[in-house]
Amino acid sequence: MRTYLLQRALLGFVTLIGVTILIFLAMRVLPGDPLAMMTAESGMTYTLSDEELQSARAALGLDRPYYQQYLAWMADVARGDLGKSFWREEPINELIKRRGPITFQIAVLAVVLSWLIGLPVGVLSAVRRNTIPDYVSRVLVIFFVAVPPFWMALLIVLFGVLMFNWRPSLTVVQFWEDPSTNMQMVVGPAIVLGVGIAALTARMTRSATLEILHDDFVRTARAKGLREQAVVRRHVLRNALLPVVTVSGLALGGLLGGSVAVERAFGVPGLGTALVMAFSQRDWMVIQNLVLLYGIVFTIVNLAIDVVYALLDPRVAFR
Amino acid sequence: MARIEAFEAAQAEGAIPSRVPSEATVATRRGPSGVARFMRSSPLGTVALVFLLLVILLALLADVITYWDPLLTNYGSTREAPSAEHILGTDHLGRDVWSRIVTGARISLFVAFVAVLAGDGVGLVWGVVSGYFGGRVDMVSQRILDALLSFPGLILAMLLLVGLGAGLPTVIIAIAVTRIPLSTRVIRSVALTTRSLAYVEAARTVGASPLRILARHVAPQCIAPFLVIVSANIGVAITTEAGLSFLGIGIPPPTPTWGNMLGGVLAESFRPPWWLVVFPGLALTSTVLAANLFGDALRDFLDPRLRGRLTDL
Repeated sequence: MRTYLLQRALLGFVTLIGVTILIFLAMRVLPGDPLAMMTAESGMTYTLSDEELQSARAALGLDRPYYQQYLAWMADVARGDLGKSFWREEPINELIKRRGPITFQIAVLAVVLSWLIGLPVGVLSAVRRNTIPDYVSRVLVIFFVAVPPFWMALLIVLFGVLMFNWRPSLTVVQFWEDPSTNMQMVVGPAIVLGVGIAALTARMTRSATLEILHDDFVRTARAKGLREQAVVRRHVLRNALLPVVTVSGLALGGLLGGSVAVERAFGVPGLGTALVMAFSQRDWMVIQNLVLLYGIVFTIVNLAIDVVYALLDPRVAFR
Repeated sequence: MARIEAFEAAQAEGAIPSRVPSEATVATRRGPSGVARFMRSSPLGTVALVFLLLVILLALLADVITYWDPLLTNYGSTREAPSAEHILGTDHLGRDVWSRIVTGARISLFVAFVAVLAGDGVGLVWGVVSGYFGGRVDMVSQRILDALLSFPGLILAMLLLVGLGAGLPTVIIAIAVTRIPLSTRVIRSVALTTRSLAYVEAARTVGASPLRILARHVAPQCIAPFLVIVSANIGVAITTEAGLSFLGIGIPPPTPTWGNMLGGVLAESFRPPWWLVVFPGLALTSTVLAANLFGDALRDFLDPRLRGRLTDL
């Protein structure tokens, strides 16, 4: 077991390195001068004069050979220095500290919601297969998988504005400062994302439970004389949770990616909106390091999911 | 080899009565064709396919079925609710919403199809090579795919667009790259299974070249999974393009896509006109729904074993 965990950790670390290389390649090596958009000819709102361009280039280290740029960036990251935003002279660490908690709250709430809704719906759907509740949930699941989350978000905002004249706050308010305003900001995106992931979870749980219901040990439990409810609760549920754990990893990808669009739709001041704004302002440092942050979080959580899966199902570690 | 050709030539001339069925008659079966069987196995999938074809038809006929030019601004009639003149209303620049939706269908569908075909095509080739040849090629490929998979789809696409710049071809490339890892993985496992089949081993023993084995034995096994992957990915690609355009990172306005029509609403969210939110979103949702339903039906029809393996976001 321990060797398996060490293996996965090593793999995760190697993947992280790969992530940084990928980001670096995309930002520096791909064709397209990073500062090209900021010259006067491009017609953007933010432009620089020639000398400013030169000093900007030197400041970003763009005139040094690639490997030096990469190593310098890695050294900075290792020290915990994520650089400064180009346009606003704000250290990116501050940006993350300010907006990160909001995005984090949304993510956690969405995952919890997806478990609370998705698991029972999936199990119910499987246990009462091909009855009305099953059909209804399957239709709902298919629908919510297809709906783009940012559209759902826009509809909710539209509804709120037209019916109640309500809009979520546009400035950052942390939970400990003002719980009510904070929750207003967080609840909308959390529901939208949570329901989307709940649909996937329900689908996965349903098919996993269906398979398990035909397994031998379930037949034994029934033969022993246990009530169906007890069979489901004590034996089926535990085993059905395993594929759900796997799906959670993929769902997380959708969560992180979808949260960007949903945050923007609600106007919530989280990391996602920061990323989008950095994009439109061509704020390279912010883009680079925020994407790195997303990549790191994703890799670490996937690693954690691998570990949890191995703990739940020891057979995995001995393949 | 020569004997078979001589035999067939004689058959064609009528010299030898063809009681032994030649290859042609063995291959075609009597009974309902594949399409008919598919329609019977999944009426829902058929309806979805018909809907998709309808959307494609509408997109192709955009010039015929719309009255207003989708790019024509008209500051005199901005933000008009749906009326007899503009059946779905106008946007904040006075452009007709219906014509923008139908023209937008062209772009959204074009981008999605090309990106999926390109990405899954790369996945097919890479998966076959990686799975069949194994060894170091496989190991290196797995690590690269791991790195690609470490990003949520939208964020990977955003990253690539940063490097490649905005515009139609780059959006297609970015979305295609997000489709590569999963398709490579699935095709790779198919290639792995095929590699150890008895008749492939036999072919290797007889001395068939790797290229011949790949073309004649491995490739046919990959056709069905490939079709399933493509149909499953269409919906995701449409949503990804819409998301990118919504954020302002995808296809830039004034070219209409369903995504950037929704994105345009953000700029004036104090009293967003409901017709600008509802209609593009309906178009998006219904098309993705149809694509997903068709993909599921196709998968169930061709290879139900793939059921658990294609979840992706």
